[in-house]
Amino acid sequence: MLTEFLQFLLSGVTVGATYALVGVGFSIIYNASQVINFAQGEFVMLGGMMAWFLFERAGLPMPAAVPLAIAGTVMVGLALEKFAIEPARNASIVTLIIITIGASIFLRGGAQLVWGRDFHALPALSGDAPIDLSGVAVNPQSLWVMGCTLIVIVLLHWFFSHTMTGRAMRAVAFNMLAAQLAGVNNRLILMFSFGMSAALGALAGVLIAPITLTYPDVGIMLGLKGFCAAILGGLGYPYGAIVGGLIVGISEAMTAGYVSSAYKDAVAFVIILMTLFFMPNGLFGRRGIERV
Amino acid sequence: MSLLTVDSLSKAFGGNLVIDDLSLTVRPGAVHSIIGPNGAGKTTLFNLVTGIYTPESGRILLDGAETTGLAPYRMAGLGLSRTFQNLQVFFNMTALENVMVGMHLHCDSRFLPAMLRLPRIVRRDAEMADEAAELLRFVGLADAIDADSDALPYGALKRLEIARALATKPRLLLLDEPAAGLNPAETGEIDGLIQRIAETGVTVVLVEHDMRLVMGVSEHILVLDRGTLLAEGTGEEIRHNPDVVAAYLGEEGRYL
Amino acid sequence: MRLRLATPRIGGMLALAAVIAVLPLFLPNNFYFDVVILVGLNAIVCIGLNLLVGYAGQISLGHAGFFGLGAYASAILTSTYGWPPVAALLAGAAGVGLLAFIVARPIMKLRGHYLAMGTLGLGIIISIVLTQEVDLTGGPDGMPVYGFSVLGWEPSGVLVWYWIVGGLLLLTVWLALNIVESPVGRALRAVHGSEAAAQTMGVDVVHYKVLVFVVSAVLASIAGSVFVHYIGFVTPSEAGFVHSIELITMVVLGGMASIYGAVVGAAILTMLPQLLTFLHDYEMLGFGAIMMGVMIFLPKGLVPTTARLIRDRAR
Repeated sequence: MLTEFLQFLLSGVTVGATYALVGVGFSIIYNASQVINFAQGEFVMLGGMMAWFLFERAGLPMPAAVPLAIAGTVMVGLALEKFAIEPARNASIVTLIIITIGASIFLRGGAQLVWGRDFHALPALSGDAPIDLSGVAVNPQSLWVMGCTLIVIVLLHWFFSHTMTGRAMRAVAFNMLAAQLAGVNNRLILMFSFGMSAALGALAGVLIAPITLTYPDVGIMLGLKGFCAAILGGLGYPYGAIVGGLIVGISEAMTAGYVSSAYKDAVAFVIILMTLFFMPNGLFGRRGIERV
Repeated sequence: MSLLTVDSLSKAFGGNLVIDDLSLTVRPGAVHSIIGPNGAGKTTLFNLVTGIYTPESGRILLDGAETTGLAPYRMAGLGLSRTFQNLQVFFNMTALENVMVGMHLHCDSRFLPAMLRLPRIVRRDAEMADEAAELLRFVGLADAIDADSDALPYGALKRLEIARALATKPRLLLLDEPAAGLNPAETGEIDGLIQRIAETGVTVVLVEHDMRLVMGVSEHILVLDRGTLLAEGTGEEIRHNPDVVAAYLGEEGRYL
Repeated sequence: MRLRLATPRIGGMLALAAVIAVLPLFLPNNFYFDVVILVGLNAIVCIGLNLLVGYAGQISLGHAGFFGLGAYASAILTSTYGWPPVAALLAGAAGVGLLAFIVARPIMKLRGHYLAMGTLGLGIIISIVLTQEVDLTGGPDGMPVYGFSVLGWEPSGVLVWYWIVGGLLLLTVWLALNIVESPVGRALRAVHGSEAAAQTMGVDVVHYKVLVFVVSAVLASIAGSVFVHYIGFVTPSEAGFVHSIELITMVVLGGMASIYGAVVGAAILTMLPQLLTFLHDYEMLGFGAIMMGVMIFLPKGLVPTTARLIRDRAR
């Protein structure tokens, strides 16, 4: 009974950590630009696919393939910002949403073109053999996922509170105009945000690929669920996205285990509808007032 | 006999008490102005009266009937209309269509008759277009009748909002800084327009910073400071009220 | 009231009717008819969606969900329960209308991204339910649908379906134009322009948002019902995220606050995959690039941008 519960909990935390990383990426970009980046999931896909390609096809060892894959995805993120978001800065919300959706389709199309539609596996960072923790089979990769996410959280915290750039990003999130007047270069912040979100997404992709396989369409659902995590936590609050991701992941795993694995995918969206109806600002968001 | 009564009204934004136990009355059939230093709560008062904000405590009565907490869209039906400090023109429509929206309550706005294009609806639409054109001429926008609202200059947009508000056939018209951003010539035109509106029997209350306009057009002035009523009276009385001067110029002003 | 041929109502509808009447002469075989019929059905959905997005200024990233519900309602009621097709279509529309009404109030309180996400979530939940309830819906493999018949008469052949869909499209355009040019249409646009000012003019903003949401959902449902009878088969992808995105892209591409824009957008995007097949593997890449390019350079959409260009030239 308990081992079963712990098993579900573990897989929930693992996948939840992935959603958390994706959700943080959403929040960071939203903070800098009020844009919802529907191509966020594609960063996850690119991280995994590039790492696979570099390892499997280019023959690079994993310690080289992973950072290169992340760097490559960051390049894509910066290009996305430069060529798709920059030119449309003052467009309406619907237009920006369509642009990022177009970008998502473009990236998926590109991935399919270059790498084909097949599923690919990435080797786990420290082997496949499950560790037995009092009856619960722990996949070592899960530990990597959780561990890396924890490190990311710590690094993010240090970044946002102790570096100039991090503080500048928080200022922009709070009040874009005031930040500009205080000398913050919004364009640079925007580029940086996209780069950072791409890195986070790619990291998630590399970490999760050994468990769930990687393929060109893997980003769609991951992106959407990461978005659910971000909204649950409160759009624009990176820490909230982490909590949101874990909640979504664990709820999903529990639903799959105890209720019905068929409806597992619906959980994230039911959560988001409930959040939007009852707490639209999320767990950690604050209510704003529209001044007329 | 008061058209608008505000009774012990209070409104706070996150701990900041913007309207503090405010009470005032507005008689029908005159032009009133509400003045006061920035942050005194003038626009907040308008937003409370028109239902956009809900007060923490207190009551608002329109012609004796309580309107506190009513949804904003109900106010037009009770004879209250307003213009906005930050223009809220419908930029996605022509000037004429903007004014026609003001007539929403004076026509059949049901879905089925509209979808089936009943002749009655079509005729009424033509009438409303003519009435709207008349209103545009009344506020001095005769050349803007066929214009897209997003092609009009700022001064014209201020007057467009007034025409739109008049289209609701209000008894009480609230003008939120109608002369903001206008040069003296344009402000003079607004002065004349407000007087023409008052002549038609509509009670006008304006919030304004331009003292020349305020003094020139108002029969009754209310001074707000930090969310309470500081003084009220005619222009002459207000001008020489030491509390008012102090509020605007600081304590030193009391001795000027 | 001046009677000008260049008005959307008269000139536009005549042009559309003329195109519909004459087009069959130019379509060499059934495949082309198939594409054009699909254009017509997508256009009907897009007109409703345009009322919601373009005129009233809201968003829906889950509209395919309503299309799919209408489709499955017709499929299940006719094939499993033997209902007459028209009754099934009406029942589907009524059911979708009711669902939209219940969901509209809480969803329409949301703005911008939250509204987008809410409608997205709704659409995905619908598509997951349709996929998972295998006993009822046939699951991911879908289910067959029996042919359409009204009081014993059955459409025989693609040409008849063409006239049916063409007629429905003209009717939808006429009804939509009526709404747009009436106080209701102005109220919708006022909601888009400034909710605060609209309220001040006496427009019950919530009522109109719910109204336009329900109307657009019902239109999608009806189109979905007609679609399945034409195709003869239904799968859950009709309610899926991808289809929802295609629909909203058609609306944005063709032009916001433009009924004919919805038709143009539907036409272009329905035909685009056919045109892009020559690109083979580059198809998805090309599609994405086109989506981004059009939104960046023509954010108002094709029809309003063209109309503005023509008007500026004329001045």
